[in-house]
Amino acid sequence: LGLALYAGSLCAVSGATFLYHDYCVIGAGPAGLQAAYFLQQAGRDYVVFERSHAPGSFFALYPRHRKLISINKQYTGKSNSEFNLRHDWNSLLSHDWRLLFRRYSRDFFPNADTMVRYLEDFASLLKLQVQYNTAIIHVTLEKNEQAWNGHYFLLTDQDRKNYKCSSLLVAAGMWVPNVVNFPGSEYVEGYETVSINPEDFTGQTVLILGRGNSAFETAENILGVTNFIHMVSRSRVRLSWATHYVGDLRAINNGLLDTYQLKSLDGLLEGDLEDLAIVKDKKGKLHITLGFYLENRNISAGIDSITLPQDELDNFATRAPYDRVIRCLGWKFDFSIYNRSLRIMPGKGNIKKYPQIKPSYESRGTRGLFILGTASHSVDFRKSAGGFIHGFRYTTRAVHRLLENRHHGVPWPSTVYPVTQLTNSIIKRVNEASGLYQMFSVLADIILLRENATAFEYLEEYPVGILAELEMQTGRKAHNGLFVIIMEYGRNFSGADKDVFYYNRAVGEAQHAWQSNFLHPVIYYYKRLPTEREMRLRPPDWPLPRPDAIHHIVEDFLTDWTAPNAHILPLRRFLENCLDTDLRNFFAESCFLFAFTHQKLPPFCQQGYMRMQGLVGSQELWQHAVQAGLLQNYTDTDFSGDRPPDSHDGSQEQLMRDHAIPVHPLQHLVNAKDE
Amino acid sequence: MSAQKDRWVSSLVFLLFCACSIPGRGSASLQQEQSPQHYFSGLEAGKASLAFFTPSVSPGPQPFLEQIESSAEALQDYGISVVKVNCPKEDVSRYCGKENALRKAFLFRGNRLIREFPTDALFDVNSIVANVLFALLFNEVKYVETLADLESTENVLKGKSNMVFAYVPATGTAEHRAVMEAAFVYGNIHQFVLTTEAALLKATSHDNPDVTSAQLLFCHCQQATDPAQPCRRTALGQPLTLLNIHRHLKLMGAPLVTEVAEDPEKISTVHLQLGLPLVFILSQRETYEADRRTAEFVAWQLLGKAGVALLSRDLVDLNVLHRSNVALKTPEEGMPIQYLVLEDTDEVVTLVEDKSKVKQIQADEQQEEEEEDEDEHENNNQDIQDDQVVEAVSRDKKRELPLEQILVLTEENFHSSLSEAARTVVLFYASWEAVSLAVLRSYSEVAAHLKGTLGVLLSRVNCWDWPGLCSQENVTQFPTMRIYKEGQQSVTYDGMWGTEELSSFILLSRIPCPLKLTTMDEAEGYLRGEFPSELSSHPHTSLLGVFSTSSREAREAFEEAGNILSGHVRMGMYFEDDSLALSRKYSVSPPALLLARGRGHSVESIALSKHSTQDMVQMIRYELLDVFPEITISNLPQYLQLRKPFLILFSAGDISQMESKEMLKLAKRRPQQAFVACWLNLKKTPVGHGILRTYFSTMPSLPVLLWVNLHAGGQVFKFPPEQSITETNILSWLQKLQAGLEIPSSTLSEEDWKPPLPACDFLQMMEPSVPELSPQPGDTPARHPPKNPGGDTASREEPSQESTAQEGGVPGRGLRGTAPRVAARDKQGKRHSEL
Repeated sequence: LGLALYAGSLCAVSGATFLYHDYCVIGAGPAGLQAAYFLQQAGRDYVVFERSHAPGSFFALYPRHRKLISINKQYTGKSNSEFNLRHDWNSLLSHDWRLLFRRYSRDFFPNADTMVRYLEDFASLLKLQVQYNTAIIHVTLEKNEQAWNGHYFLLTDQDRKNYKCSSLLVAAGMWVPNVVNFPGSEYVEGYETVSINPEDFTGQTVLILGRGNSAFETAENILGVTNFIHMVSRSRVRLSWATHYVGDLRAINNGLLDTYQLKSLDGLLEGDLEDLAIVKDKKGKLHITLGFYLENRNISAGIDSITLPQDELDNFATRAPYDRVIRCLGWKFDFSIYNRSLRIMPGKGNIKKYPQIKPSYESRGTRGLFILGTASHSVDFRKSAGGFIHGFRYTTRAVHRLLENRHHGVPWPSTVYPVTQLTNSIIKRVNEASGLYQMFSVLADIILLRENATAFEYLEEYPVGILAELEMQTGRKAHNGLFVIIMEYGRNFSGADKDVFYYNRAVGEAQHAWQSNFLHPVIYYYKRLPTEREMRLRPPDWPLPRPDAIHHIVEDFLTDWTAPNAHILPLRRFLENCLDTDLRNFFAESCFLFAFTHQKLPPFCQQGYMRMQGLVGSQELWQHAVQAGLLQNYTDTDFSGDRPPDSHDGSQEQLMRDHAIPVHPLQHLVNAKDE
Repeated sequence: MSAQKDRWVSSLVFLLFCACSIPGRGSASLQQEQSPQHYFSGLEAGKASLAFFTPSVSPGPQPFLEQIESSAEALQDYGISVVKVNCPKEDVSRYCGKENALRKAFLFRGNRLIREFPTDALFDVNSIVANVLFALLFNEVKYVETLADLESTENVLKGKSNMVFAYVPATGTAEHRAVMEAAFVYGNIHQFVLTTEAALLKATSHDNPDVTSAQLLFCHCQQATDPAQPCRRTALGQPLTLLNIHRHLKLMGAPLVTEVAEDPEKISTVHLQLGLPLVFILSQRETYEADRRTAEFVAWQLLGKAGVALLSRDLVDLNVLHRSNVALKTPEEGMPIQYLVLEDTDEVVTLVEDKSKVKQIQADEQQEEEEEDEDEHENNNQDIQDDQVVEAVSRDKKRELPLEQILVLTEENFHSSLSEAARTVVLFYASWEAVSLAVLRSYSEVAAHLKGTLGVLLSRVNCWDWPGLCSQENVTQFPTMRIYKEGQQSVTYDGMWGTEELSSFILLSRIPCPLKLTTMDEAEGYLRGEFPSELSSHPHTSLLGVFSTSSREAREAFEEAGNILSGHVRMGMYFEDDSLALSRKYSVSPPALLLARGRGHSVESIALSKHSTQDMVQMIRYELLDVFPEITISNLPQYLQLRKPFLILFSAGDISQMESKEMLKLAKRRPQQAFVACWLNLKKTPVGHGILRTYFSTMPSLPVLLWVNLHAGGQVFKFPPEQSITETNILSWLQKLQAGLEIPSSTLSEEDWKPPLPACDFLQMMEPSVPELSPQPGDTPARHPPKNPGGDTASREEPSQESTAQEGGVPGRGLRGTAPRVAARDKQGKRHSEL
């Protein structure tokens, strides 16, 4: 069969031979393999192209100092596998329990070699279709009306072999080093090649360009042996614990901040690298000067003819000469292999290193081309985790679900529940779901209400940016209103210059939940699906437009949102008021009473008791409910109602009886609306 | 109800302010004057003021001054200013000079002194307000001491105006104040008469009045014509508060009988607005005069308790029984109007009085509740748990459950454990979910129950710990109970979550359903409940399908039905060669069902005519229902599914044999029976008291037979208690009922189940701090310049931290500093000077 398929997928187009697959994936890194896994599970025709001989070639080289900064938490005190993924930032998603990263490394910050080994196992254990040693060097389009997207993708590899695909998933990562050009930049060493042996830096003075984790990682490595290290970049240092963004400087790398603030010779400076110029003196020392001093001057004329800032300003900060300058400026997407017709354009502003994509991860220029993995981070750059394994493993799954619906008529997976399970299903997800938690403000669970709100349909981890297209993208109907469950940090809490340790930073009371600062679930209610226009005009920094109602579940220190009164009760009230119904649970006895005294029953009785699945409860529970005044005790009531009230021996009993007939607790229960 | 209360409170406040022709003065209630000269020169003619004089050097604290100060605000409502006049040291005038004048307060109108009050008459705010108003309303409020005085006042008023006669045990009390305040408002409409003489009160009243509490009588003197007769009086039956008096006077001012000619549902009178019922006397043209007299008579009886209206049936098309002559509309919104057939006027009065008694209790409680509410007004009780299950479970959470008998299953041991026992019962639950935990409690009782039962292993899976396992087992709802049998499909439990039901299901599931019987003896033993021996101790209705070898289709359907009903029904089947002999014995031919309802009952036989599984399941379920069941909490849903009205006998204990026999006779008239005949044992199902209490304001004597239209209309009819419960009596009653000749005693509430309490409106709370969240009206692109024409998140430029830092312009952050910029971005000449 394999042979037949192979033969069948060979097709000749204008003389050139093309190997056809429905899906082509470029890159066998984490994102490419993750995509391959889902395609394989769905039984799709796909192939992954990998330029190297093994998966994860980027991790084979980087990070140079081999320490991954994605946490690998061994223990959480919980056995819930979905919950534990919240604290496992390295594993890919699969059904195979052997492929959990904690089975590969015991280190909290594992070695990059482990990642390479993990990816190799992932590809081989799951038998993913990866074609190694195939570097795609050119991608172009072939118009064809029969094709899924109106065109085929034609791929050419280094051996001029051609491939043809209906859908192209680019998971090639970001591997082109960011280079800045300025006078003297030829003296700069790149992160890719710089020595990682600290001994090579003994007694040297080092300037590092860049302020990301690679810059600090490089500095950390040589901190002990250098004279001093200075670090320069345009922006202020952004600490991930202040910004709540994992791509910012992580505490594990910030030893230099310590020595800078303790005045131990190391230091940080801000400035635009494009204004910089480096001149080398005769002794081979590198001097920092500014580009405009060099205007109209020949740099090769020698250092003596060049003005240095310290000539005019004798306390200029970086007046000391450096032995080495190292560039650690990160990576950008390889735009070079795509034909112009694909219109793969860089983003604008601080996301120019990424290709432009829609919130559905589809390229803006080409239908059917999806960007996966770290290159897709423009959607949530500096916000969420879409540029990292623990984030894009979920966005990749979302893309796969979009494709399944678009090309194979498989609607977005969903489960239908009766409305009595509404509170439960939300509580369950916000407590364990990892995709919602990692991809906060980007992926959201969607609850589509059925008619009369007696049942609902639950969709997991839908990209919230394309909420307006939900019906088209998922194949599900949203005619009767919807809830969107999403996780958010408090607005104005995170930021590079924010004090995230101020007193009273955490909110404890449910009625102030909307002011919660730390990550917490937020539920938006829409009576109808927002339109594209509403999505466009949403308030800045809001993941969604104005809802008809909103609920915040108050932040929790343990991220355990199961407290009956602080978390579940306010949520239930919110849902009840959105649906205009009563979502309380009732014991069978209450349902029995309601069945005889009301023409209509609350949903819990209707969907439980009336279908002979009433909640009988135990004697202890019954007593507690009676004590709480939520259930009435009829067992010891005296019913000689027409006894003359003035009989003397009866007065005590009378008192007790009056006490035992409070209409009000039950009233409270039955008709609490009556204020 | 509370809304109505608000309405008339506000109308009262409005009235009070209208009555105050003299505008109040600002908010500062207590005025200060430097000297008596200042004070007297500033007095306006006709304006009342209460003054007290204090030496400039204060002789220590004076408690009565505090009281005066705090009453200033109350008095201001009546246009009376309270002034504290300082006496200069050298002043020796009338008010300042004398030592004892300093211990008095003086009431002036203009500059005329009306009254001097010794300070001991002004002990608190009530007494100050009461005494001051009493002095000012000298003409409006007559003080009488003897019966003769009262009668002469009354005689003068006859035919002219009404009189309000109040008795207070002492002046200066809160009740006195209330009367005076009411007099201030109503003094020019009614003549107020006040007394403190207990003897006078006794003389005016026939029965022995309680002289320790204040009383107020409204005397209808305006309509009184006979000089010899005293005016009719209507007492205020409630404590004397300003609100109650106001309400009473308002009611007395309303017309005695209102004539209406429109839909009574739409009618609203002052009585309904004040929370009192309205009685309609249904009238016809022919009997108008008599009806009018009846209405007036009833109205006098009910004065102050209910309103009376005369409704002409000729003008309004009423869709009610022709015999109905009275209707009662209660102030609660949404309550349907009751139409009644009453014999005499006393019944009308009792009807209203009973209702109001119940209401009084409720109102008291409600008041208490409201008081509580006010304490917690802040959060409106929203954070108080009103879910009985959640609350009960969380109150029980500290008790350790006896779960030793129940095996804990995990992802690791799930599959291995299933193969260990013949049958594994698994409860899937979530440890944070209240309903799950409630069921877990019953489940632990089941475990204790079934301890030692062979071949059954009880276990549980916490889906909060093992979500993968639960989704793999396709458990989407909590709780779910399944029975896993080796090599067979698991069976999901779908019955009541009670200990008994769960145990019985587990026990019944041990034997195959249907159980194949191979010999005649087994079949007979099965019908007697002796075979199989595992189940002999559990009395259960036994069902035996008897099939001949030819009826394969029916047999297969029966087996299929057995799968569906497994655990709920005890089913056996017999299809040996001699099956014909077995069925003959019960005078039926195969395929047939034999039904043994426990020991002592004869075996019923039913011929099987339908051969589809669905029909068979339905038929079996139907056949298993009792003819005249005792309704319990656990079996009600089965009978409700018939969707028929209930003829239900509420009994204090077991029903008598006679009743049982009669009812059974009635019930046996199946299948043409269009109702469910059943009974309820209040001792076994005490919640039945709650049902009766909802139907009747007073507990009917037991046993009581009711017809309850549960599915259509919701009317409840009560079988006449004077008749004995016999088949014929009931049948004739039912006939009348069907003919629409009976009046329902109650109607089931039609109310929807709305949210019990409002939620926190976070959207509203957020709006002030997040202005961009405010609704955007329509298409206003001009107001919202599209920041990103592309309209995507990707290209949305967040305001970068750098730019704000630059704009913030932190001075001294140039190259000079220690946190320097290597070079500034702006290439302006300025930079050179900086360098």
